Amino acid sequence: MSLIKITDATLNANEIIAQVLRDDLGGIDIFIGTVRNQTKGKKVVRLEYEAYRPMALSEMNKIANQVREKWPQSSIAIHHRIGILNTGEAVVVIAVATPHRQQAFEACKYAIDTLKETVPIWKKEVFDDGEVWVAAHP
Amino acid sequence: MKLEILLFGIAREIVGSSKLQLEQEEPVDVKSFKQVLQRRYPKMNHLSYYKVAINQEFAEDDQLIKEGDEIALIPPVSGGAF
Repeated sequence: MSLIKITDATLNANEIIAQVLRDDLGGIDIFIGTVRNQTKGKKVVRLEYEAYRPMALSEMNKIANQVREKWPQSSIAIHHRIGILNTGEAVVVIAVATPHRQQAFEACKYAIDTLKETVPIWKKEVFDDGEVWVAAHP
Repeated sequence: MKLEILLFGIAREIVGSSKLQLEQEEPVDVKSFKQVLQRRYPKMNHLSYYKVAINQEFAEDDQLIKEGDEIALIPPVSGGAF
């Protein structure tokens, strides 16, 4: 399985953790982003994700390379799901393993913060009475 | 030259299609390409912002677009959850 992946299938955090395990690394930090059941008090029925897949993979690979550069010896996997998701389901899983815990926290935060800025993936929130592309309008 | 533009998210909904073909005089940079697009699709002006990608890389305003380039409109991204 690839370390960097965009998929329509359910994300399995244990499989993604297994990808970054290494005997010389003492800490793994996992970030799992899940679908919230409400936005500003409105009930979310489902989310629809779409990606500009080749560019999104390329930007996710850039993030992984930056993490490996900034935190030498680190091991990272980033999986993002697209398609239709229901509340409670995992959208993104990032696992970072480093020699010590502090670097794992920092590197994982860097990866998710950067992903939200640079990776061309879009999310539409669907409510009972309408839908909205998140962040599209000021 | 003939440009083929890939559209995603809200940009796809504004244009009403996931691909757009546009006849464009050369040379054109990203900034003037966006102006042409916004004249044709005024709703693009209402977005928080949008970027242009050329061959799967974010492009600067002064970058030139060439025939055969893979052009994509990148409205505000919103990957992840939370």
